[in-house]
Amino acid sequence: MLKINDLHARVENGTPILKGIDLEVKPGEVHAIMGPNGSGKSTLCQVLGGRDGYEVTSGTVEYLGEDLFELEPEERARAGMLLGFQYPVEIPGVKNIYLLKEAYNAQRKHRGEPEADTFQFLKLVREKLQMMEMDESFLHRAVNVGFSGGEKKRNEILQMLVLEPKLALLDETDSGLDIDALKVVSEGVNKLRAADRAIVLVTHYQRLLSHIEPDFVHVLSDGRIIKSGDKTLAHELERSGYHGIIGEAA
Amino acid sequence: MSTQSQDVEQLIKREYKYGFSTDIDQEILPPGLNEDVVRAISAKKNEPEFMLKWRLEAYRHWLTMREPSWAHVHYPKIDYQSISYYAAPKPKDDAPKSLDEVDPKLLETYEKLGIPLHERARLAGVAVDAVFDSVSVTTTFKEKLAEAGVIFCSFSDAVRDHPELVEKHLGTVVPSGDNYFAALNAAVFSDGSFVYVPKGVRCPMELSTYFRINAMNTGQFERTLIIAEEGSHVSYLEGCTAPQRDENQLHAAVVELIALDDAEIKYSTVQNWYPGDEEGKGGIYNFVTKRGECRGRNSKISWTQVEAGSAITWKYPSCVLIGDNSVGEFYSVAVGNNMQQIDSGTKMVHVGKNTRSTIISKGISAGRANNAYRGLVKVVGGAEGARNYTQCDSLLLGDRCGAHTYPYIEAKNPTAQIEHEATTSKIGDDQIFYLKQRGISEEDAVNMIVNGFCKEVFGELPMEFAVEAQALLAVSLEGAVG
Repeated sequence: MLKINDLHARVENGTPILKGIDLEVKPGEVHAIMGPNGSGKSTLCQVLGGRDGYEVTSGTVEYLGEDLFELEPEERARAGMLLGFQYPVEIPGVKNIYLLKEAYNAQRKHRGEPEADTFQFLKLVREKLQMMEMDESFLHRAVNVGFSGGEKKRNEILQMLVLEPKLALLDETDSGLDIDALKVVSEGVNKLRAADRAIVLVTHYQRLLSHIEPDFVHVLSDGRIIKSGDKTLAHELERSGYHGIIGEAA
Repeated sequence: MSTQSQDVEQLIKREYKYGFSTDIDQEILPPGLNEDVVRAISAKKNEPEFMLKWRLEAYRHWLTMREPSWAHVHYPKIDYQSISYYAAPKPKDDAPKSLDEVDPKLLETYEKLGIPLHERARLAGVAVDAVFDSVSVTTTFKEKLAEAGVIFCSFSDAVRDHPELVEKHLGTVVPSGDNYFAALNAAVFSDGSFVYVPKGVRCPMELSTYFRINAMNTGQFERTLIIAEEGSHVSYLEGCTAPQRDENQLHAAVVELIALDDAEIKYSTVQNWYPGDEEGKGGIYNFVTKRGECRGRNSKISWTQVEAGSAITWKYPSCVLIGDNSVGEFYSVAVGNNMQQIDSGTKMVHVGKNTRSTIISKGISAGRANNAYRGLVKVVGGAEGARNYTQCDSLLLGDRCGAHTYPYIEAKNPTAQIEHEATTSKIGDDQIFYLKQRGISEEDAVNMIVNGFCKEVFGELPMEFAVEAQALLAVSLEGAVG
């Protein structure tokens, strides 16, 4: 589904941040990418998401057999690649339900399907709201405006549940969550798990992984994946810290 | 971020889709302004003596005045002698009695503008008066309104058919010598709309006037007068377009509103005069005086405007709250792109007790446009318990445009409560990326953000026009961000 091959990238005209990433993600898999601050986790997410201001200097990324960099961010999203933001953005005056519907219909249009019936759509959204233990009033609030940190992250997962991506990239979805919110968000992500869907969790802390069990764990350091393993690698990290692993790899 | 600004440049290209002109036989006065021109206009309209007298007074007063220079706008000196002050489609003998007699080319023009005048194709429930250059072409639904006792007609018809109403009210809100452009208008105005809603009547439909400038080198000076008697209610909407020309054209209108006890007037504007090209060539100078008086107790006047066009906009729809408990409202979206200049806002003058006013102003600047909000909240000594709330938000698209806010507050009564909130923000790259990452195209993302920004104002427009306003905004900002 996603094939990253020797990816090098930097902030436009800045110093290199990603220095040769190799990663393959297949349908049904859950990958966790862990690493200390400044290791390139967020840059990797932004580059995959297609944000302006980053420059890919070499390497390739294939998504569903296509060259990812040939696709605009909105085309990536319509093709089922969604990025859950570390800092979800506020859009004043735009209702949550409106954004959800526009996004949902953008995907349908892309697949050549007619726009969703309003009534059916609302029914679908209500189901997902319940999963995220969110009140219906959320739908009528402006996107992320005045939301607490936890509410914003729930909202990201709500969008994922509605949009049903093929590949979900979650950038530090656990940061800023108290333990209850972490549980709800993790349950939401677990509900996303499916045989035809891949999930990539980018996180600083191991605690998320005690709620969402990954199939693979990768340790990112200084722009490279220095170690990959199964979930036990996360436990190892917990014991020895990034320092121990990075030291050992070096 | 450099990609961002390139995209901004790209987006700042827009096209004006109302820029066509109509090839039609016109009767045009030669350029120039003097007493004879004023007399000629009055004579063409067969006006009674009081009108001519009023015009001449205004003209003489105008000669003593200076063009105002305090607004945050810049333009070359206007040569008032090079403008023609009257242009009318050549009449077939007399004024058209029905739509069948209106020149089909004119009807075609309005069809192109999306304002079908044929009643069978009309916008359901909206009566339309169409003003083409200097004269009113037709007013639809006259009979149906007459049944309710509502008078809705061109200003010329009102002078002919209801001279007593015109004489009683004309110039009582905006006196002929009020300001430079209002005085010019009083001297040479050639048509406009007139509305009279009798006591206790709720006007059965939306009233609408469509203004169109067509002739070259002419000014359009229309005048609107709306009188709402005790306990009456009326909602009125005006729309404006002009052909695309390289010269600047002057539009100096006056609107007067009068609301008596318990009466309510809602006045909405969707202004889309030709704004000039990317380099600021051509476009309409829109110098307009709009004022309403809440004369009666519990009366209410509400201005809603969507200002998207014009090279220069100079406009401050105001409310004078004389009656106790009267309410004034001003909801505005002003969009400037390319080289457009906007200096607009409102004046709320609190005279009566417990008078309340609300000002919601949303300014959007893109390209190299300058957008200024200028507002006055004035509370006179006797206005016990007056309250005002002002919210003034500016949104910037790109980094070559400007937003300015000039709020003036004069409170002479210690019980007055005045609140002012102001914000300035930029459409963020992060907002656009967020929406794109949800599958929404860049242009739709910008529209979504801008519409969200303007939501409170669009909510005040009549339904059909809210949709039109959103579409207009999308066109105005086409290419403005990226």
